[in-house]
Order: sequence, then C-alpha cells, then structure tokens
Amino acid sequence: MITAERKPFDEILALVGDKKKILVAGCDTCVAICLTGGEKEAEVLASELRIKAEQDGTGAEVEHTAAIRQCEWEYLDMIADKVEAADIVVSMACGIGIQSMAEKFEPKLVVPAVDTNMLGMPQEHALWLERCGACGDCVIGETAGICPVVRCSKSLMNGPCGGSHDGKCEVTTPEKEDIECAWHLIWERLKAQGREELMIKNRPPKKWNLSSSGGPRKMVREEAKLV
Amino acid sequence: MTATEYKAGTNLEKILSEGKFAVTGECGPPKSADGSVIENKAKMLAGYVDAVNITDNQTAVVRISSIASGYTAMQNGVEPIVQMTCRDRNRLAMQADLLGAHTLGIHNCLCLTGDHLSFGNHPEARGVHDLDAINLIEMLRRMRDEKKFDCGEEMDVAPKFYIGCAENPFGDPFEFRAIRLKKKILAGADFMQTQCIFNIPKFKTWMEEVRAEGLHQEIKILAGITPLKGVGGARYMKNFVPGMDVPDEIVDRMAGVEKGPASHAEGKKLAVEMIKELAEIEGVAGVHIMAVEWEEAVPDIVEAAGLLPRPTVA
Ligand code: SF4
Ligand code: SF4
Repeated sequence: MITAERKPFDEILALVGDKKKILVAGCDTCVAICLTGGEKEAEVLASELRIKAEQDGTGAEVEHTAAIRQCEWEYLDMIADKVEAADIVVSMACGIGIQSMAEKFEPKLVVPAVDTNMLGMPQEHALWLERCGACGDCVIGETAGICPVVRCSKSLMNGPCGGSHDGKCEVTTPEKEDIECAWHLIWERLKAQGREELMIKNRPPKKWNLSSSGGPRKMVREEAKLV
Repeated sequence: MTATEYKAGTNLEKILSEGKFAVTGECGPPKSADGSVIENKAKMLAGYVDAVNITDNQTAVVRISSIASGYTAMQNGVEPIVQMTCRDRNRLAMQADLLGAHTLGIHNCLCLTGDHLSFGNHPEARGVHDLDAINLIEMLRRMRDEKKFDCGEEMDVAPKFYIGCAENPFGDPFEFRAIRLKKKILAGADFMQTQCIFNIPKFKTWMEEVRAEGLHQEIKILAGITPLKGVGGARYMKNFVPGMDVPDEIVDRMAGVEKGPASHAEGKKLAVEMIKELAEIEGVAGVHIMAVEWEEAVPDIVEAAGLLPRPTVA
C-alpha cells in the first residue's frame, strides 16, 4: 500500500493562506488504512482549521469529505459538488490522488495536507515498513524475496557493505533506528533455501532507466483497451 | 617482469608484484580550499610509504576532491591511491573522473561503496549509488583491459589503473566476508586493504578462510592498522564506528597510560607490535597505515617496525 504522513499544521495553514471556502478531502483507500487521510482524519483536520479560523476571526468556512478512491475519475465525480463550491481543496490523499483531484477540477487550487512517503506494509499495528521502490525491474526473484533497492540503504546489488553489523544496517539516525541490513536478511534466507550461489555470483549494475531515472513512466495494456 | 606486463605500472603494483612487503598510508584532504594541507601531509609521508590513499569525501563530509588532492600528493613526492566511492557520482561521472585521473598521471584507484550520507555534513543530499563497489571494480577493469566504457562502447586510449578494493573482515555476516572478497577478485580487484584491525585473532580466522579458498594468491592483501593516540579514540571506534571490532584488552592497555606523550608513545608501540604480528601471517602482502590526522606518527612507526628503507623498483 501507499503510505503518507500528515504535514505539520503550520505548513498546512501556510498552504491554505487566506482562502475563505476550504474543503478538506480525504481518501478512503491507502491513506485511510495508514490512519493519515481517511474520512475520519479529514474531519479532524477540518475541525482544527475551523477552530483556528474562529480564533483568528478570518470568517473562513471549512467542510470535509472523502472519496472512495481519490485517484480515479469516477470517484471524484461523486464529490464534484463539494469541490466546485470550495475556493481551495486541502487533499489528504496520496500524491497520486492529490494530482488526480487537481487535474479533474483544473484550475481549482488543490494543496497537499500529507507527505506521501513510501510503498510499505503494515508490519504490526501502527508500524509501516518500506518494501518497494517501484524500480521497474524487479530483482527479488534472486534476492530471496527481499528488496535490495529500498531495504538496503545504499541500494546495493552486491551487498552487504562493510557497515553491516549484527544484522543491522550501518545507517542509524534518530528517525531510523535499528534498521535491518537487507543483505544480511537476503543471505540468511538464501541459505535457508539452499540458494547461496545467487549471492556468490556478481550482479551487474542495475538498469535505473526503468525506474524514475528514465523519466515519467507510462503503462498501456493494449489487450485491455475498450474499442 | 617487464614494464609492459604491468597492468598500470605504479610503484605499488611493482612492489607487490615483486613480492616485497608494501606499506601504504592514508591522507584525508581538508574541508577547505587549502591545498597546502595535502602538500604538508605528503611531504611528511614521502619516503616512508609506497603509496598513499587519498580519501573521497570521507565519512560523507565534503573535502577537496580525491583526484585533485592525489595530484598534489604526487607533486610532493608520494604516489597516490585515489579513493572513489559510489555515493556521490553516477557511472558517467565516475568514468569521466577516472579518465581524467589517468591523464594527470594517477594510476591507483581504490573502489568503495562509501559511508552513508546520514553520517556526514550534507545528510539532505541525494545519495547516488548508481553502481556498487563491485560494479565499479568491474567497470574499471573493463575500461583498462577491454578498452570499453560501461555501456560497451570502445575507447581509443584505455585508462591504466591498479585496482584496489576494501574489505571489512569484521563485518557481518562473518561467514560471507571471504566470499565477498572473492566476488571483488572476480570483478577485477588487484589489491585489497582491510578495515583497521584491532582483533588479530579474528583477523587470523578470516585469513584462514581466505587461504582455504586460495584467495591470497589472487589478490594482494594489505592489513589495515590505525595507531591509537589515546583511550578516547579506542573507545570511540569500539562504540561508534560501524563495523569496527576493538577488543577490551586494547582499550584497557590504552587506558593504562596517561593521556598525552605517554599515550602517543604507547599507541605507536602497539601499532608496531601489531604490524610485526600481521606481517607474519601467510598471505599478508603489506600494511595499510591509517593515521588520519596523525600522519606525523607514520615515519616513527614504519621505522620501528623495521620497514625502512622503502624498496625502490625500476
Ligand atoms: S526490486 Fe524494484 S520492483 Fe522489486 S520490490 Fe524492489 S523496488 Fe520493487
Ligand atoms: S549495512 Fe546492509 S542494508 Fe545497510 S547499506 Fe550496508 S548492505 Fe545495505
């Protein structure tokens, strides 16, 4: 799933500026599951903005709504009336949903209330871990189902580096404590699978042009096109 | 061996190829445009080491570039081994810089992954990591031996490099470390310098694995030494430097002497003892002395270890 975190309130306020009719728009898919931008969180942000508007006497009106999926045109149709009535949409969807909203209702002002941060999985309650960087050339068939692109701090194709210690990555910052070394995990799992030889051979440089380094990507499924 | 048979023909390559015990040093460029720092360090080390590593934005902190500093070192009497990390450059920039280093007369290169950006002074920068160290070694070997760029295109004049790599015998998983060295040999590394060794018994165990695979015959191994100035440095390395293994008895030994001239003397003495012990290990072809910001200790250590005069090779 796609995960996101809410932006600091002051940053949201600065984006909203002096607009008078504000719509906070959540999305009930990924960002709702990671407890950041679903209908409930949209309601909370709307009340915070309303209280602030009352305190400051700005006279701004704040509404909230949520799309079932903000990244698809038909679900945006369902909230079109509210969007049309607003001066600004404060979107709590992921970066894709926010852009869909901005494109669908162009030139409506649409600003983000969240920072979209990863393709992650809920490891346990209230904990998400990054699992994929959408690199366009998946290698995990040879790395024991563990992604070296985002789970190794240096995206090594031939790890581990010299900093791997006790199963932990050399990178430890206050935000990133106790990160597991992906290559240590890969080695252990390949051993358990009796496939160590996959780590003994040298892997060539990765083709980063298939990732975002190659420019915006596009996917067409000819066979699925409606004639 | 005639000159034409050398891969790069550097002093370091010749000494190691002739089976002489090599001594390399290390020099960290300054965090300013003051090139005289390199000049002074190079003058201090000239005649005491066979070549000197010039670090590349060491610990992810911006400094004078390794190639520019390597050139300064060369002009001041020491052969440089320029380090190149995969952290700050993509494959285009690396190849361009390597071609440039060759034209400046620099022919030793040590290929590294590089410490993570989060350790340095620009933690907000984008880490490149287009290649990893093994990819870099292979790219450099193909440039040298096949006259090919990474993309496969041919070039007229190939850059000549004696290719080095680093390995940490104390990194985990321990059982994989000798295999990783083998991967670097396969990629094309000619010599290897280890992370600083304090735990000699563990290093010996690692060398047994290396010899069991015959790797010491395929690559020249230089054992890394860092002279300690005092107990503070020993504790810091034990607790804060990733992948470092400093046994308690070393910390205790340094704690037993007064900080200052006494601890400096003890640190040098310890380094000399360790060099002598490492030189006895089968498959150790030389030592790499990393006295970063304490370069003046190197001449004393090399002399006391009986490694002077340094050999001259034609
Ligand atoms: S290798 Fe690429 S596609 Fe596969 S999990 Fe990693 S980032 Fe995703
Ligand atoms: S310690 Fe492991 S995960 Fe971290 S950068 Fe090195 S190989 Fe990658």
